Amino acid sequence: MPTIDDFHAWPDAHGRFGNYGGSYVAETLMAPLAELAEAYERLRKDPAFLAELDRDLKHYVGRPSPIYHAERLSSHVGGARILLKREDLNHTGAHKINNTIGQALVARHMGKKRVIAETGAGQHGVASATVAARFGMQCVVYMGAVDIERQKINVYRMKLLGAEVVPVTSGSKTLKDALNEAMRDWVTNVADTFYIIGTVAGPHPYPKMVRDFNAIVGREARAQMLEQYGRLPDVLTACVGGGSNAIGLFHEFLNDADVRIVGAEAAGEGIATGHHAASLAAGRPGVLHGNRTYVLCDDNGQITETHSVSAGLDYPGVGPEHAFLKDAGRADYVGVTDDEALEAFHLLARTEGILAALESSHAVAQAIKLARELPRDGIVLCNLSGRGDKDVHTIAAREGILL
Amino acid sequence: MNRIDRRFAELKAAGRSGLIPFVTGGDPSPEHTVALMHALVASGADLIELGVPFSDPMADGPVIQHASERAIGRGVGLGDVLRWVAEFRQRDADTPVLLMGYLNPIEIHGYARFASEAVAAGVDGVLLVDCPLEEAAVLAPLRDAGLRRIMLAAPTTAPERMAQLCGMAEGFLYYVSFAGITGAGHLSTTDIAARVADIRSRASAPVAVGFGVRDAQSAKAIAGFADAVVIGSALVERLAGAADAAEIAGRVQDFLQPIRAALDAR
Repeated sequence: MPTIDDFHAWPDAHGRFGNYGGSYVAETLMAPLAELAEAYERLRKDPAFLAELDRDLKHYVGRPSPIYHAERLSSHVGGARILLKREDLNHTGAHKINNTIGQALVARHMGKKRVIAETGAGQHGVASATVAARFGMQCVVYMGAVDIERQKINVYRMKLLGAEVVPVTSGSKTLKDALNEAMRDWVTNVADTFYIIGTVAGPHPYPKMVRDFNAIVGREARAQMLEQYGRLPDVLTACVGGGSNAIGLFHEFLNDADVRIVGAEAAGEGIATGHHAASLAAGRPGVLHGNRTYVLCDDNGQITETHSVSAGLDYPGVGPEHAFLKDAGRADYVGVTDDEALEAFHLLARTEGILAALESSHAVAQAIKLARELPRDGIVLCNLSGRGDKDVHTIAAREGILL
Repeated sequence: MNRIDRRFAELKAAGRSGLIPFVTGGDPSPEHTVALMHALVASGADLIELGVPFSDPMADGPVIQHASERAIGRGVGLGDVLRWVAEFRQRDADTPVLLMGYLNPIEIHGYARFASEAVAAGVDGVLLVDCPLEEAAVLAPLRDAGLRRIMLAAPTTAPERMAQLCGMAEGFLYYVSFAGITGAGHLSTTDIAARVADIRSRASAPVAVGFGVRDAQSAKAIAGFADAVVIGSALVERLAGAADAAEIAGRVQDFLQPIRAALDAR
């Protein structure tokens, strides 16, 4: 792979990040994707649209989110300073709303009255249902039957927000199957329906559009670092399932060659056990859900079932830009096990009074490892992408506690 | 000459409409897939579309999804499908066989390796649902090996793009009759007749129509304006659960022969 001078120049006009990305979808979807790409390219440069987006991010989402020096956690670890980008403080409790508010505004400008979404843990479903209510749109959320069972509170939350939650019973009955089903809905109802994809995957222009809407995380963080610390962090870390919160933090820093970037994937019960969701660390290039990227599949090319304690990381693919950053050597992707994430969850709760989402706990675990490698004046900036209230039942159940 | 091209030339010369049944490789049972293919030919198939099972068939409806899941559950993979085509070829040297599926199994198998193995097995073409023309460069090794790359056209396809597809079509152009997934219900033939007539007048290759064809009546209506009719979900649904080769052949005959008769009676 050639040396990349400007990471911000990607993807190209076809949505390709080097060998990754693209539009691997049925012919029927090519026209609606082209229509979306055209509308988005126009809107992203439209000052009125951007002002509208900024207004909602500030007054509805609650941005900017702070960066917080987790002093007691840092001193407990005994290494570099760990800073947390507090995306857990956003309305709905995670970074997901940065994207859904943006896409709902695009939908509104395109005159679409009905939005659909896929969801795994339910966070993106809740964020989609939220903005649909905010803009007065009909909302249908596809969710795997297995995930519905393990995320009952979020299912109810979506219903409270007026969304219809459709159980998906095909395949492994999880996030990837919900995505397939949402795609089928879209192909059938393209005229009036906007598909809000929840991560930086899918066909072009989704990986780019979802990244752009989440890139506010890194833009704020970079400015906050310079303002409050007068320097950039030594290393960034974030959890990577599909990779939207990670790319959101990383993107603004990609051309800062001195800032190291590490993504934390779900190693589940350990990569060697095969029960994991570490597409970049343990997968291979393939084609899934409309883009070329790293996937977890068998030798017949069948996508394999994944495992993670956190439903939001339980995905057998990953955003194509991460595949590109991995091959370019710009970012490293490592596995964090269920146990390591849970340990980090508890440590953060006890030392800082913050219940992190299980997804984000993977990033915290990685931040702890990185802090240990650095001197005390070093800085690790970790994306705390979501809050952990939704996971309280899962954690209790794992520890044998019946609530 | 590629068998697909030869078969369409024969159909044209005879003034007949082509009948293209689709079945999923390995369903209803892996051991009877070759017998199923012969049964399709015996009941009037002009070309066989054989599905390569994939775990995430985004463009397919529940019927074909479930057929794929059943086949994968029995361990069926691309290698098995190629082996069945080779076995089919021992007794049938003429009926074209088209593999239909998604990119990932071929990507993982390797494009060049797949191309040479497919040609050796007697495959004549491929239809890869998630490979639109923008991404079709990856299929170069398949074309170089002599496989026809069948492209899809849809009701949503814009005019300039349709012209491009018509210009590059080879084997035949597969027109998706409505925006949706395979096996969905309704089909308004009057709406699509004009569209297909326009495509036929511009495409160098013949035009087959699929999605939503369920029976003799709908097949006959389509055949009035297309070169061939593809029939998939309704057949796969009919075959589900058939226990042995005799039962499979019986169901194929009951389902396909009335359609063949309706096409020939036009």
